[in-house]
Amino acid sequence: MTAETTLKPRMVGQAIKRREDPQLITGRGNYVDDIKLTGMTHAAILRSPYAHANIKSIDTSKAAAHPGVVAVFTGADMLDINPLPYAWQAAGVPNNANGPRALAHEAVHFVGEGVAVVIAEDRYIARDALDLIEVDYEPLDVVVDAEEATQPGAVQLHENAPNNIVFEWQCGDKAKADDAMAKADMIVKERIINQRLIPTPMETRGCIGHYNGGTDEYTLWMTSQAPHVHKLVLAAFVMGIPEHKIRCIAPNVGGAFGAKIFMYSDYPLVLWASKRIGRPVKYMEDRSENYKQTTHGRDHITDVELGVMKDGKVVGMRVHTYANMGAYLSTASGGIPTTLYGRIITGVYDIPAAHCLVKGVYTNTAMVDAYRGAGRPEASYMIERMMDRAAVELNMDPADIRRKNFIQPDQFPYHNAVGLLPYDSGNYEPALDRALEMAGYANFRQQQAEARKQGKYLGLGISSYVEICGVAPTAWVMSEGWGAGLWESANVKVQLTGKVTVFTGTMPHGQGVETTFAQIVADELGVGYDDVDIKYGDTANTPMGYGTYGSRSLVVGGSAMKKSLDKIKEKAKRIAAHLLEANPADMEFADGKAFVKGSPDRAKTIAEIAAAAAVGANLPPGEEPFLDATSYYDPPNCTFPFGTHICIVEVDPDTGRVDLKRYIAVDDCGPQINPLIVEGQIHGGIAQGLAQAMYERAVYDENGQLISGTLMDYAIPTAAMVPHIETDYTVTPSPANPLGVKGAGEAGTIASAQAVMNAVIDALAPFGVKHMQMPATPENVWKTIHSK
Amino acid sequence: MIPSSFEYFAPTTVAEAVSLLQKYGDDAKILAGGHSLLPAMKLRLSNFGALIDINKIHELRGIHVDGNISIGAMTTYHAIESSDALKATCAILPEAVSLVGDIQVRNRGTLGGSLAHADPAADPPAVMLALDAHVHVTGPGGNRTIAIGDFFTDMLTTSLQPGEIITSITLNPLGAGEGAAYSKFPHPASRYAIVGAAAYVKLEGGKVSACRIGITGAGPKAERQASAEAALIGTDGSAEAIAKAAEHAGENMDVLSDIHAGEDYRRAMIKVYTRRALTAAVERAR
Amino acid sequence: MTAITVTVNGKQHHSEVEPRTLLVHYLREHLNLTGTHIGCDTSQCGACVVHVNGESVKSCTMLAVQADGANVTTIEGLAHNGQLHPVQEGFWEKHGLQCGYCTTGFIMAAADLLQKNPHPTDDEIRHGMEGNLCRCTGYENIVRAIRYASEKMAAK
Repeated sequence: MTAETTLKPRMVGQAIKRREDPQLITGRGNYVDDIKLTGMTHAAILRSPYAHANIKSIDTSKAAAHPGVVAVFTGADMLDINPLPYAWQAAGVPNNANGPRALAHEAVHFVGEGVAVVIAEDRYIARDALDLIEVDYEPLDVVVDAEEATQPGAVQLHENAPNNIVFEWQCGDKAKADDAMAKADMIVKERIINQRLIPTPMETRGCIGHYNGGTDEYTLWMTSQAPHVHKLVLAAFVMGIPEHKIRCIAPNVGGAFGAKIFMYSDYPLVLWASKRIGRPVKYMEDRSENYKQTTHGRDHITDVELGVMKDGKVVGMRVHTYANMGAYLSTASGGIPTTLYGRIITGVYDIPAAHCLVKGVYTNTAMVDAYRGAGRPEASYMIERMMDRAAVELNMDPADIRRKNFIQPDQFPYHNAVGLLPYDSGNYEPALDRALEMAGYANFRQQQAEARKQGKYLGLGISSYVEICGVAPTAWVMSEGWGAGLWESANVKVQLTGKVTVFTGTMPHGQGVETTFAQIVADELGVGYDDVDIKYGDTANTPMGYGTYGSRSLVVGGSAMKKSLDKIKEKAKRIAAHLLEANPADMEFADGKAFVKGSPDRAKTIAEIAAAAAVGANLPPGEEPFLDATSYYDPPNCTFPFGTHICIVEVDPDTGRVDLKRYIAVDDCGPQINPLIVEGQIHGGIAQGLAQAMYERAVYDENGQLISGTLMDYAIPTAAMVPHIETDYTVTPSPANPLGVKGAGEAGTIASAQAVMNAVIDALAPFGVKHMQMPATPENVWKTIHSK
Repeated sequence: MIPSSFEYFAPTTVAEAVSLLQKYGDDAKILAGGHSLLPAMKLRLSNFGALIDINKIHELRGIHVDGNISIGAMTTYHAIESSDALKATCAILPEAVSLVGDIQVRNRGTLGGSLAHADPAADPPAVMLALDAHVHVTGPGGNRTIAIGDFFTDMLTTSLQPGEIITSITLNPLGAGEGAAYSKFPHPASRYAIVGAAAYVKLEGGKVSACRIGITGAGPKAERQASAEAALIGTDGSAEAIAKAAEHAGENMDVLSDIHAGEDYRRAMIKVYTRRALTAAVERAR
Repeated sequence: MTAITVTVNGKQHHSEVEPRTLLVHYLREHLNLTGTHIGCDTSQCGACVVHVNGESVKSCTMLAVQADGANVTTIEGLAHNGQLHPVQEGFWEKHGLQCGYCTTGFIMAAADLLQKNPHPTDDEIRHGMEGNLCRCTGYENIVRAIRYASEKMAAK
């Protein structure tokens, strides 16, 4: 380390390109399916073609005799694996919880539930042998709609859940909300359906289980967003093996969007099977399997009422939601339609009285759990749709009704009416103003009126959103039903040669954490950016952490790292003081050096200190060798990023086709470590929310068959289906963490669906349309026009 | 994601392919571009004993334009969309084909393969109907020619007899006073046609003297639209005449319904896309 | 088993494969070229795009036996002498990737697109990449990456 490096420009705030990329653009990434172990076998899983059936018998003898087949197992063989647990249940109310088994035993509850596994020498043989297994099913009645499932006479999925109700949860003050509604000038009502989506990371899920008989240790390579959580849950709850005997490794993960947080049947299955056959076992989902068995998202049916005064002030809100949980309760699913939805239904508005009742319901469908945004997109979509809906009734400009109701800057920290942690900081109007300016809103209404005269239907949709990021404060999440902490960890080591290694408990899978964390370390310690290495993903060498989701890696994990860096700097100052024979209290650390206050020439560089610390021959009395610090950060609050998105569309009334003409995003995620990466997160998030508004929907038929079961039917947008995205930012730091950051991973998704739908519905105003359900497919739009 | 086992043959002549087809009968499948067949095999929706890969039969490839247009059955979509000769003589075909799937599909997918598979949502069948193409086939009984109007018999079904393979497709180049155009409403995920309308129009003395309309995507098979065609013939091809004629599109036609487009909507779109295709075709004919 | 000879990234391989072996499995499992990925069953996603005799194809929708005698280029063979292909460079410069899973297929498809149309408009890029799905980027930076490559190749 030379003195020059301390003169380099600050790394934080620079839009530098990612250090993750060179391996990925040359095909040298290392995803689970790229890994081959000596003696590795391949598993294929026979999946139920019925959505609801009793299993009368399974004959695996022909499959077992097939050449190249190593073993065939059924659910009856693995009853020693516990049903998968539900780590997040709806808080404060009974949860009639049921978890799936590694393989179904005696009954199946959704199409795609595993009933038998073939383990073979290669994946072709394993697949062939599936066709040789004979299962005798007794089909039962099926229900796929959450509201119908609660009605009298509906088929019951689980004995402990009468009327298929998992939980009935509420938040807010019902009496106060009822009173506010009674006093409102007008009540605006709507039924809002937030359709089921399939997360669709481009890499499906998979795993390799390896049991080492010599050491009695299990290793699981897996497509995971949270390997430590998987390890903990597998050890403590699913398999009952000591925690130190299991190691989880997530290599490169090809996208996740929530779906790779959870416990799935195949993880314990491959570990168990590896022990039984004495060889490693790999399982990778096909896309069709991924669609059937990996968790889905959203699927709410909501009746919402807004109490509004004539001047546009919203005084009350009442919400009743059926949340479809699928056939079993997935790992975190209880918290999604409750804490992460109900508690933010009032959005960016100061609505004094609100109440939300949520019924979580079992149906014969894939489990529903967190999908990018997780609860917040559902809430944000609902309130933003309703603000437009109210504006139409009041003949008010949609921008004006938003301004009228915004929480004001002097109200922060803001306590909403539905019991969320206080919103940390915010200033909503500048983001709205900037978005309106970018959209040319001042002239838009006139252009729209002229276009209508020529038979062209333009529409503009506004979405002002707030979300909950950095989901963590442990005491809070545990009070909200989550069964563990959500603090985050980081270990920082400055090696003898002055190189820095950070071991983080987060599990990035596309977010660019290696780059942003290294930028922070370079600035904090004054070392070269290239001298910093960020490690993650292996429970054997990273400190326990809760992983990457809820836009928490930087906010919580980065803050843990900042704490460790501070500890390193303190220790560096003590050691430097000793080396310089100075008073430790007189030391400062800046620009990569510890120096005596007022005498910057009396200094030791971090490299010199690291070397001295590592050698350990000349340390202050009682000081341990090595610059090495581990920290755990549990923030006092979540963060609340916000912004305004605007979409402009043109609708072809002949066909119902929607042309996305412009998309404008003004976001506030606090200060940005790397603007290039922030923008990428915003773009990607927008594409997913916009896709919900325009294209995507998971459809089950009345027999519980997933009609949208492949990428031939489920419309993930291509480049030609997503518009150019215009971005800008405001910057309001968060007081809830030492970096002031707010998180950016989910904002785009939380903001975008309603921007598009509000635009489409605005375009259709001349036809008398006030609401339509997503997605705005040509047929849906055309029918909406023609039903008027 | 993994096909069942099969025996693989890669004949280099049509005769060899025909004799293999005769030998294996119903247990054989022909592999052309493979973009319909291989996904079906991977999902195990299509299982058979013998796969006859005709990609190595070079005589089946190529575009020849000399008075007549002849396109070898194994000519790829990409070859068609980038053929200057076709752009000059029959622009509708390269245009329509450029809307098939994606670049990778068009690099492998073939015109003959598409016609033989007779997917009800494929683009080429509608265009072939509008252009009154002829399909040339070779089988155990020798060569024969099938008028395109007699070719598609039902969903995924053609009048090809056992042992027959398509060798080429012939078309007439479009001349003065003739115009043709294809208008497509693609499926958002698969990009097959939810409705595709191909229209051919001939103008003589300011009047429409001939008209052919092929619709794909909407029904179990691609179909001509006789009453709409009849309604346009004899008119001046004005916007009003086209709109009136297009109202007849879809008459007497079985129409499909799925999660992306119900029957009512498809029927309405048949009319809209017929109108759009006719409008473009007339414009080109003028 | 069928004997095939395939030249992959300039190197000739003689292999015995089952006729049903998909080209993508041949590349990944037999030759250990794992940069080519699998993302769907139905030829939609494009994660498996490679070049066969210079044209982009979806290697999940082609049999290995069909590549007998062919020249195949995979992502591992796109850079020359350590020099990234302009498309690879563009993806890095413009943050055209996040998780990286679809990226290799995108790069191979984009290289073919620019070979067929060296100066595409943004709209032509978006339509030209319809055979590839990305779930992370929202495509904005992928379009920028390909535009970067187009400009870089034109400047040469």
